[in-house]
Amino acid sequence: MIEASHLRKTFNKGKVVAVDDVSFSARDGQITGLLGPNGAGKTTTLRMLYTLLAPDSGSISIDGIDPQTDPLEIKRRLGVVPDSRGLYDRLTARENIRYYGRLQGLGKADLARRVDKLVDILDMGEFIDRRTDGFSQGQRVKVAIARALIHDPRTILLDEPTNGLDVMTTRSLREFLLRLKAEGRCVVLSTHIMQEVAALCDRIVIIAHGRIAAEGTAEQLLQRSGQKSLEDAFVKLIGSDEGLLA
Amino acid sequence: MISVFSKEVLDNFRDRRVILNTLILGPLLGPVLFGGLLTFMTKQVAERMEAPLELAVVGAEHAPNLVGWLERQGVIIQPPPEDPEQAVRDEAEEVVLRIPEEFGEAWRAGKPAPLEIIADRSLRYTGTTISRVNGYLDMYSRQIGNLRLQMRGVHPDLTRPIDRRVVDLSTPTSRGGQILAFLPYFILITVFMGSMHMAIDTTAGERERKSLEPLLINPLPRWQIMAGKLAATTFFALATLALGLVAFVFAMGMLPTAEMDVQLNLDFAVAARAFIIVAPAALLAAALLVILAAFAKSFREAQSYVGMVILVPMIPSIWLMVDPTKAETWMTWVPLLNQNVMINEMVRGSEIPLAWYGSTFLSTTLFALLLAAIAGTLYNRPKLIFASG
Repeated sequence: MIEASHLRKTFNKGKVVAVDDVSFSARDGQITGLLGPNGAGKTTTLRMLYTLLAPDSGSISIDGIDPQTDPLEIKRRLGVVPDSRGLYDRLTARENIRYYGRLQGLGKADLARRVDKLVDILDMGEFIDRRTDGFSQGQRVKVAIARALIHDPRTILLDEPTNGLDVMTTRSLREFLLRLKAEGRCVVLSTHIMQEVAALCDRIVIIAHGRIAAEGTAEQLLQRSGQKSLEDAFVKLIGSDEGLLA
Repeated sequence: MISVFSKEVLDNFRDRRVILNTLILGPLLGPVLFGGLLTFMTKQVAERMEAPLELAVVGAEHAPNLVGWLERQGVIIQPPPEDPEQAVRDEAEEVVLRIPEEFGEAWRAGKPAPLEIIADRSLRYTGTTISRVNGYLDMYSRQIGNLRLQMRGVHPDLTRPIDRRVVDLSTPTSRGGQILAFLPYFILITVFMGSMHMAIDTTAGERERKSLEPLLINPLPRWQIMAGKLAATTFFALATLALGLVAFVFAMGMLPTAEMDVQLNLDFAVAARAFIIVAPAALLAAALLVILAAFAKSFREAQSYVGMVILVPMIPSIWLMVDPTKAETWMTWVPLLNQNVMINEMVRGSEIPLAWYGSTFLSTTLFALLLAAIAGTLYNRPKLIFASG
């Protein structure tokens, strides 16, 4: 359960406003989509949630905990697949995942069990013991997801998870996210692709120019904008078609 | 922190470039270079001193006695080149001795007889030959001078008002220390080289691979992640240092020390003491390089920064080589300078006050910890985390 209210973040001593005023909530057992054109402030918002950036003002609460007061506890509760998904090329996929497991403080037996389970769910058996050097984008994303979820977190943040993936991998990733939702987890993903939110998300939060343009279910958004398709609704709600072609 | 350490060590052990550069080339560079150079130099000098001197003489007929004496000393007299100056300029001859026509006249008149040694002193290899020719001529000159005095009933000692002797207190070991004056420099360079790749790979490299941001999302205080990286870097630096010292001990053992009349005080006991003295410098090097590399966005950028910093340990070493001064207590409080001073004193075999070990170790460790503490705060800056912007 995430509650964010009136988040604001600027860079270069206030000259660049990345996030102006963002409030939204994400509930357990739901997939919440942050939809917005490139540069709208999605990544910055997520970075504030996973504690790598401190907001200039506004407040965040994840399961009742403030990331700024107890960042380590927040990091234990979150599973994050950030925009940068660098792996260690000289280590095998299993070693990459195990490293994060150890950093999460998992014991040996626990760790081995979790890895085996994730290998099974994400269908990584073929390449789990190969060095990640030369992995395809799809394989890399799977490893990045597995290492983010190694500690079985209740809340999961994903920044543009389908970026660079082919159709088949995207499909299996969606199934996986729905599975996480069915397990009662709180899933938040950011994307600029409309079909993705339409297919996956229970709630949609549209961000443009660092502000919330609209929030609600797909039907609510259609209703509010008076449009027939989500794409038209999106254009209407953010006030331009900028970023849609990206 | 231990997880970070062991992962970085494993990760870098898998990189052949690291193994080659850090653990093989790094430690071997110094010993092989210097062992080889010293052996070669000693051999060359010995050869030049022992080989019969071949000397081209112009106007040998003007001083047959001198030329005959030279031949009896074992000098091989060569026929004169057509143009002696040109021959020397062309480096066809190292040295040409010219005896002018007026030699005999001056000789008979009891005046100093003129002789010309034609050589180019800017050519370094002619130095030995010139001094050998000078040596022969001095000897001849003194013999004839003494004979002339004795013929007039004067004791030759009258021309020697002072009998000077140098009481040389140097020992073969301390003379060996002179040869080993380069050692501190190579040891410190080894430490910096050993930590260089690792420092860059764990910071700038991590950022370039875009694996830094996900790494920092793990529930670990950021300073601990940095500490793990520093520990791994220091570990590699220490490994390089240990290997380098062992290589030095072996390389110096192979030098023809007897021929040079020196003894090199570099056995495993000295190497072990040197290791302890330099160990804090490994942390210092690691922290310094990590700080620099953490600011760089890419591996290449970091390499260019670090390349310049690697000159830092050279400054005290070169200063001591150019201006060899007496070791003083204050020097042992200056990090990097103190390692230089201490190693120099060790290889000279002189007594070192225990306090100097203490001050060297303490000052370097404190400075290194200070740098490490600075490094520990670096990942609190968002600027250094994100790969873009």
